[in-house]
Amino acid sequence: MSTLLETKNLKVYFKTGRGMLHAVDDVSFKLEEGKILGLVGESGCGKSTLGRAVLHLLEPTAGQIFYDGKDITYPTRSELRKLRREMQIIFQDPYSSLNPRMSVSATISEPLKLHGGLDKKEIEERTKALMETVGLAERFWGAYPHELDGGRRQRIGIARALALNPRFIVCDEPVSALDVSIQAQILNLLLDLREQRNLTYMFITHDLSVVKYISDEIMVMYLGQVVEKTISDELFSNTLHPYSKALLSAIPIPDIRFKSQLIPIEGEITSPIEPEPGCRFMVRCPYATEACTQPQVLEEIRPNHFVSCCRCREINHL
Amino acid sequence: MGKQNLLEIKDLVVEYQTDDAIIHAVNGVDLVVKEGETLGLVGETGAGKTTIARTILRILPKPQGIVRQGGIFFEGAELLSLHEKAMRKLRGNKIAMVFQDPMTALNPIERVGDQIAEAILLHNNMTKGEAIKRAQEMLEMVGIPGMRYVEYPHQFSGGMKQRVVIAMALACNPKLLLADEPTTALDVTIQAQVLRLINDLKEKVKASVLLITHDLGVVANTCQSVAVIYAGEIVEYGTAEQVFLNPSHPYTQGLFDSIPKLNSTEPRLKPIPGLMPDPTNLPVGCKFAERCRYAIEECKQQIPPNVELEPGHQVKCLLAGSRGEK
Repeated sequence: MSTLLETKNLKVYFKTGRGMLHAVDDVSFKLEEGKILGLVGESGCGKSTLGRAVLHLLEPTAGQIFYDGKDITYPTRSELRKLRREMQIIFQDPYSSLNPRMSVSATISEPLKLHGGLDKKEIEERTKALMETVGLAERFWGAYPHELDGGRRQRIGIARALALNPRFIVCDEPVSALDVSIQAQILNLLLDLREQRNLTYMFITHDLSVVKYISDEIMVMYLGQVVEKTISDELFSNTLHPYSKALLSAIPIPDIRFKSQLIPIEGEITSPIEPEPGCRFMVRCPYATEACTQPQVLEEIRPNHFVSCCRCREINHL
Repeated sequence: MGKQNLLEIKDLVVEYQTDDAIIHAVNGVDLVVKEGETLGLVGETGAGKTTIARTILRILPKPQGIVRQGGIFFEGAELLSLHEKAMRKLRGNKIAMVFQDPMTALNPIERVGDQIAEAILLHNNMTKGEAIKRAQEMLEMVGIPGMRYVEYPHQFSGGMKQRVVIAMALACNPKLLLADEPTTALDVTIQAQVLRLINDLKEKVKASVLLITHDLGVVANTCQSVAVIYAGEIVEYGTAEQVFLNPSHPYTQGLFDSIPKLNSTEPRLKPIPGLMPDPTNLPVGCKFAERCRYAIEECKQQIPPNVELEPGHQVKCLLAGSRGEK
């Protein structure tokens, strides 16, 4: 299998009145073609910024992005146009990411018209096929977004993202705004599409049960940095970073026989503006010591299991 | 049992009238909240959860929201027929509400402390100084330093704002707290803190809680009783043990099958097919029949009965008991 997407020391900073905001700080990862990389973390951890940066919806401050072996950190206009066909995004909120004045068919066919080289007939056929692929009945051809429920709107977003046969899709919280019964429908659809089209996803979510269900690999982010990165099952069976532990223990389990062992973390996420060089979780971490004030590195603690914590071995008795 | 009923809702029917249709939001709901217990009201968007809470407080949007029939009994009084003046005395005092979105529930141009003190002054015979002191105590109780009394909502994070809202709701020692998706807008670690806070405070002030949520995980962690609502009807009702260990309505089972689980691996989720029925045009028989894998022809014609599977465990399903387990 080949690596489709790779970042090296990627940084995205924003200028603010009080200094530089480190939204994504030194993130490196590789994503194999056909795999799903889950990105989890709480609001403000930089997961969406990272997703947007690899798509060039935001410009990186430093570091490199590789797609299909090519360095695409600073693409030319024509390169970027080509990339836009190959890399797509599905947004969180199907209520605000669709143009309310465009019908379902117009929304889905727009990318075909823009990037196209197709005649009217072909566009119509492709649009119909796309609607069928995502499970939208043909009677919604002329309907407008406000006439549809959240699940169907999200299907429009998916059909539009698929229109140009992309290889890579960033799914930014695609099911967070949906009810659970609909959420399961959309998750299954995304998995089927990956199967059929050998798609590669970067799946951004704050919902850990969703990320476990859908991902092959997971990166846990905290304040712009990756604190733990490993295979999905390994993360849940062998959680090593103190933040990941607290995060996992905080998920309410829908089973009354399950007595949750909440590892409470006090306080809230600290400011991402001009952060201190040491571990960013330190102020909330029950294990913090003097050593944690030094910059942390992502280290392979177990096979294919990377953790950014200098006390990791000690805490986990490894 | 043994515990007294604090709130009793009987055969409640609520509609919204729009220009061209009537929305049947709540269709004959019976619910009981016992003293000191937390009842979880679980359902999806549009099921009627929030409408029930708003009807209890009589803050339905006017003039669209209309209570067609039913009664709500709280400490011996029937709330729906209560004089508005008496109702105003209950609101925020004996019955308080925590709204879903802490970002919009607070006044952005008033200091948070003053917002809490306002509620206290309104319902208690206190001087301004005493109310301020009490507001500071409330802030401390939810884990916010009292000196932050003078700050404005924008200076607080989402979790902190929700704490302020909870402090405000509990400031008058309510008997009943209506919590409408109190943690939906929050991150999980903050959600855990807020749920723990509500649980602890419930013990401390001896309040009952009606917790409205779509998250079965939250219910499992906080509720003693559970009511599952679908298209304005309670389809399953029982203790948390009964509903979680023996989910018996096909909709409840569908909800459990739709959520990815952390403590087990299943190859694939089994979503409930289809969508909730249009509330302006509800089916005659069982409202879930269209999406139900067990439905027979009669389900579409007959209104399903409330079957009591065991004491306290009710299921609104024609085939309940006869369908066999799972």
